[in-house]
Amino acid sequence: MTRLFAAVAVMAALTFLTRAAPFVLFARREPPALVVWLQSRLPPLVMCVLVADALKFVRFESTETWLPTLAGAATAAALHLAKRNALLSIVGATALFMGLKAWLGA
Amino acid sequence: MRMKPDRGADTGRPGTGALAPALRATFPVLLGYSTLGLAFGLVLVDSGLPWWLSPLMAAFVFAGAAQFMGVGLLASGAGVGEIALMTLLLNARHLVYGLSMLERFAGAGRLKPYLVFGLTDETYGILSTEEAPAGVDPVRFRLLVTALDQAYWFAGCTVGALAGTALPVEAEGLDFALTALFVVLLVEQILARRPKEVFIIAAAASLLALILAPPRNFLLAAMGIGIAGLLATRLPSKPRSGREHPS
Repeated sequence: MTRLFAAVAVMAALTFLTRAAPFVLFARREPPALVVWLQSRLPPLVMCVLVADALKFVRFESTETWLPTLAGAATAAALHLAKRNALLSIVGATALFMGLKAWLGA
Repeated sequence: MRMKPDRGADTGRPGTGALAPALRATFPVLLGYSTLGLAFGLVLVDSGLPWWLSPLMAAFVFAGAAQFMGVGLLASGAGVGEIALMTLLLNARHLVYGLSMLERFAGAGRLKPYLVFGLTDETYGILSTEEAPAGVDPVRFRLLVTALDQAYWFAGCTVGALAGTALPVEAEGLDFALTALFVVLLVEQILARRPKEVFIIAAAASLLALILAPPRNFLLAAMGIGIAGLLATRLPSKPRSGREHPS
């Protein structure tokens, strides 16, 4: 219980902090070179690692464990490249994932 | 409540004039946030966490990717320190949003903290492209866009968590929405033409962490290796070759 409240408090504070940082820090002066440099590199690094984290349990022993996950991820990427509509990509990929799971598991 | 527009804030007419354009501008977000929020609430309850955590997060965190990740970490028994570090890293992308909003938020006065708090990916997307129609107070328009977005998200998260508690909804597989969300954000990063070497470093770091670290430490290991790899590319490549370029 305490852990849950602590987690929410920490997440709320840090999310607000990252959203407020540029307004507070760089309103009057140029951001330092390292910050500018990191700005174009940290987000793609984090996203790659998060995708890898989501796929890390994929094993190729049996079809029903890898096919839904990889097909879902590929669908999300393909849909997003085609339409660039985040909701469509997410809902479409999740529906395919759940459908494949149900179909292969039955 | 912080979400209600503050009527006494300026001299113009109350928010009626700004509400219609704000509703129009946020309509795609209504579809997106109610759906994703619903999924979030269902996944949260399905992973064994109490339902009230969902509206609590929607009210005070208001960050889809961070909330989904936080639920995953909480359910897997991660400590508050790990959650803090991952929230910070995941939200690093917000630094860019703020920089381009400096001028637009300049006249917001005491409403500014709420506008900053509510600067999600989608709110940023609207506020950076849509201007308030002629005759509508731009500050009120931005406030309503932000508050409406949060209202959609709050409603989705709350209904999802309550539905998941009330009836045994089959939420298994719904958490794939998070994977899809990260894939979408990654595609956005690729389309934004980030430096190519970052993706190579990230892939290498992920592989190394997969081999070297136990699965539950994967995120921290991969991020650590990745950041070290990034910083290594920033070092001068040939420090011994004397005086070429100081950069």
